[in-house]
Amino acid sequence: MADVNPREALIDPLFNNNPISLQVLGICSALAVTTKMSTALVMCLAVTAVTTLSNTSISLLRNRIPPSIRIIVQLTIIASLVIITDQILKAFVFEISKQLSVFVGLIITNCIVMGRAEAFAMQNPPKLAAIDGFANGLGYSIVLMAVAFFRELLGSGKLFGFTILHPVNEGGWYVTNGLMLLAPAAFFLIGCFIWAVRSWKPEQIEEEFHVGALLEFSNEGNLR
Amino acid sequence: MQHSTGYIVGFAVAVCLVCALFVAGSAVTLKPMQQANVVLDRQKKVLTVAGLIEEGASPPAEEVAAIFERNIRPKVVDMESGAVDPDIDPTGFDQQAAMADPERSAPAPPNGAKVQRIPDHGLVFEVVEQGKLEAMIFPIEGKGLWSTLYGYIALAPDARTVVGITFYDHGETPGLGGEVDNPGWKAKWADRKVFNERWKPVIAVKKGIAGPPSEDPYQVDGLSGATITSRGVTELVRFWLGDNGFGPYLAKYRAEAGV
Repeated sequence: MADVNPREALIDPLFNNNPISLQVLGICSALAVTTKMSTALVMCLAVTAVTTLSNTSISLLRNRIPPSIRIIVQLTIIASLVIITDQILKAFVFEISKQLSVFVGLIITNCIVMGRAEAFAMQNPPKLAAIDGFANGLGYSIVLMAVAFFRELLGSGKLFGFTILHPVNEGGWYVTNGLMLLAPAAFFLIGCFIWAVRSWKPEQIEEEFHVGALLEFSNEGNLR
Repeated sequence: MQHSTGYIVGFAVAVCLVCALFVAGSAVTLKPMQQANVVLDRQKKVLTVAGLIEEGASPPAEEVAAIFERNIRPKVVDMESGAVDPDIDPTGFDQQAAMADPERSAPAPPNGAKVQRIPDHGLVFEVVEQGKLEAMIFPIEGKGLWSTLYGYIALAPDARTVVGITFYDHGETPGLGGEVDNPGWKAKWADRKVFNERWKPVIAVKKGIAGPPSEDPYQVDGLSGATITSRGVTELVRFWLGDNGFGPYLAKYRAEAGV
């Protein structure tokens, strides 16, 4: 892992090794919070903050963490960071934190955070780990914002709460697509996103789908 | 690298201590702000349903507090007798906490709103403008499809006509049952009548479109694709304004106000 340079650590997770589209991690929250762009944005900021800070702190402790209890130590640190994030959201953006409800708490179980802690932060110095955490949060954010863009625009004719396509039930012309507001729509959109990225970067296509290929591909034993 | 058991235990304890310190610190320092937000949020909802601030507007906290202070008179009422209980301070009264506390609530009879317990005391807000009663606001809650809906309904001084309705918390499907938040739908409640001539709560969210309030006063447009949420809203409004809910308070009010 010594050959990772900061530039690669920053750029790679955006498309080449995107946590959602390539590693297919963190899907559950991507379904839940993407009906509106404003909630998706706050969720992205929260996840990015947590991955950055957890990667940094775990990397700082990496040589001291006893291997036999490393997972539980990582979880303790991540859980604490998530609780603090939740507290901050409740204090400063109350409305949105109400809409995000349990999903902020569920960042703890977001596989991206722990995956990066175990796969990257345990082997790399703090600065690099921080960049990696930030970039993975950003990669997650790109997909989330793209999904939220289509779901909010087609589902309720709005972007960030501003009306773009005037919906019928408010006296306009646009018949809103109710399916977009339901969870399956996020699956379809993420599917399309993965398809688009893999058409652009054919080297991401797995020869045959089995877990081994996925692991070999991302070149590090990601945690599920 | 092999660690001794002592090191491992010590490390675990140290990590827990440091994390606990951060979590507790953030919880304690941010608590006043969070509580202020909860209070502000509730005040805003009450003012919105009373029509004192506009739907979706977010005026600064001081303004909300000032309007609330000036125009809203909270009262704690005894649910069974309908009398105002002067011994309980309404500012600190939390009806939901009272409902959850077995000492301060009783099991509810089976009801369509699936309310489990009825609190001994309820919180009513009176809207006053220059000393004159403009509306009465009642907290309502009950089951929809997935979740419990929490909200407020405001009645005019005739104790029959709806001024407004709002839900501040629910987990219904966005776009379907979640349309209870749609300002267009909420506006359809205004001028409808909850009670019939014999003071029975009969208002209903019907399937399909209701007529204008003058011709079809007891029905509200249904939420398309959300039959169960619609039914839940009907049931919960009827429950909380009926005999098991704020019925006794309303009966007492009618006797006193002569309506």
